[in-house]
Amino acid sequence: MSLKRNILDLRKRKEMVLQGGGEEAIKKQNAMGKLTARERIEGIVDKGSFHEYDMFVEHQSKDFDMDKKVLHGDGVVIGTGTVYGEPIAIYAQDFTVAGGSLGLMHARKITKIMDHAIKMRMPIIGINDSGGARIQEGVDSLAGYGEIFFRNTMASGVIPQLSVILGPCAGGAVYSPALTDFVFVVDNISKMFITGPEVVKTVLGEEVSMEDLGGARVHAEISGNAHFFALTEQECFEQIKKLLTLIPWNNQRKAKSFPPKPPKPEYKINNILPADPTQPYDVREIIMAVADDSDFMEVQQDFAPNIVVGFGRIDGETVGFVANQPLVLAGVLDCDSADKAGRFIRFCDAFNIPLVTFEDMPGYLPGVEQEHMGVIRHGAKVLYAYSEATVPKITVILRKAYGGGYIAMNSRHLKADFMFAWPTAEIAVMGPEGAANIIFRKEIKESSNPNETRKQKVAEYREKFANPYVAASKGYIDSVIEPEETRMLLKHSIEVSGNKTVVNPQKKHGIPPF
Amino acid sequence: MSTKYEKLEIDGAEYQTTFTKKWLNRKRWVEPNPNLIEAHIPGTIVQIKVKEGQEVQPDEVLLTLQAMKMDNKITAPFAAKIKKINVKEGEQVPKGAIMIELE
Repeated sequence: MSLKRNILDLRKRKEMVLQGGGEEAIKKQNAMGKLTARERIEGIVDKGSFHEYDMFVEHQSKDFDMDKKVLHGDGVVIGTGTVYGEPIAIYAQDFTVAGGSLGLMHARKITKIMDHAIKMRMPIIGINDSGGARIQEGVDSLAGYGEIFFRNTMASGVIPQLSVILGPCAGGAVYSPALTDFVFVVDNISKMFITGPEVVKTVLGEEVSMEDLGGARVHAEISGNAHFFALTEQECFEQIKKLLTLIPWNNQRKAKSFPPKPPKPEYKINNILPADPTQPYDVREIIMAVADDSDFMEVQQDFAPNIVVGFGRIDGETVGFVANQPLVLAGVLDCDSADKAGRFIRFCDAFNIPLVTFEDMPGYLPGVEQEHMGVIRHGAKVLYAYSEATVPKITVILRKAYGGGYIAMNSRHLKADFMFAWPTAEIAVMGPEGAANIIFRKEIKESSNPNETRKQKVAEYREKFANPYVAASKGYIDSVIEPEETRMLLKHSIEVSGNKTVVNPQKKHGIPPF
Repeated sequence: MSTKYEKLEIDGAEYQTTFTKKWLNRKRWVEPNPNLIEAHIPGTIVQIKVKEGQEVQPDEVLLTLQAMKMDNKITAPFAAKIKKINVKEGEQVPKGAIMIELE
């Protein structure tokens, strides 16, 4: 063979692999509103930057006539590329090849690119679209999953791991996304569950559609397994690219700095907060009133919306915002919101992202359901995550900071670096209503007009204790500030904590209340 | 704002806010009634060992509930009389179904 013929032969071989599962299967894939594996990768990486590895990997199973089947690339595409010029590793399961089923070689390709990402300290993006284990390969396919989960765990906190669910992801396969940092889902396309509707029906007699059991909306709103919800694959790719601009490439680096931009003028920080502490407002407006270009990328927007978490920039530097949301359930902490905040805080801490906390919460959600679901253990996650975090930690108390909530929301006592309070802040052991009812119980009871006495005592307590000055007089608050000073002070706090050094006691690892 | 707010009371103060679907759909607490024998797991009634009106001793097997490929022997929690049997052999029951009422 001449070199030219060798080259032509190589090209032919590549072309064969690039056909994936063939025209028919690709048509079916498209009919479901889904792109092919390679189109998806192209949709995320910089144009022309993707290089594919392991194109010629083939499965080696012989049972059940598998030796007669050719599965191109063994149903998964792996490689490296760049996003906005920075390197990333990526894999995409190819549903057109044997339903994207995971066999031994398929898994080996995934673990190969994961190992590469860990070694090169770059983010990994996994696109999931698979019917599950390749049953014909038996325990080999289970071994494959296990090897992936192990690497997900080892990579956790070292490189950012993004999972994109663009098709089914069922059974054991769901544990890889669950172990990663961010899960992206697309309406009508993503399906995640441990046991499918068929099993649910036979075993439990409950009839449920795939969408209602584990569709994108379910995971974005109810289970909290997903972090970003999009209506189309294209929108999802934009979300991935945007997130990558906000987070660092690995745990040794800081997120990229961008040119500072002022917040948009329509967000007027003096006009958002109602003076009456029982009235709601959207705390995201406060975040947008301080963030560069009023740009806030919210994480888990629809799950546990009583707490708001997400990324933005202050003067060009990425920060993680955590804010109580009085608009929903009065901004209380409950099981779900504690889980959401705890995980987000730990991501920020692992990846050198300063934390900015806006506090306005009346306490914990009361109820038998919450207590029985373990709100004690879940709520403790927030305390743990804040205490453990060594990144710069800034708190701004906007209004209510009562009781356990005051302690939990990055208080001075959990080693916040900067404690600011607006003059509207009410820092107290509990709300004036509750406190007055306890302290003045006897006087209220014995009064000729208990309601009037109660009102009077509540007002008295509010006047005396529900303000920022008691806490400020003890040094628990560093400064009482005007709302308009907030952005400037956030900027200042981040500037002066550039060399923050905190060394927690040495240990193998802590034991957070999982 | 034109949004209609709900009221949520926490520590004696009433807050204007909105509710989530998940919270509205939460399971409400009901005090358990020890006289009602409920299915703790969805499954199929394989065998009923008692009749209405029968007296039973503590730990006596009332019926067998097959679920997740396991036969679960459902026993009497205390000495009682069978007031009513709400299920038949071969019947599928959802979780929480009241299978037997005692008195």
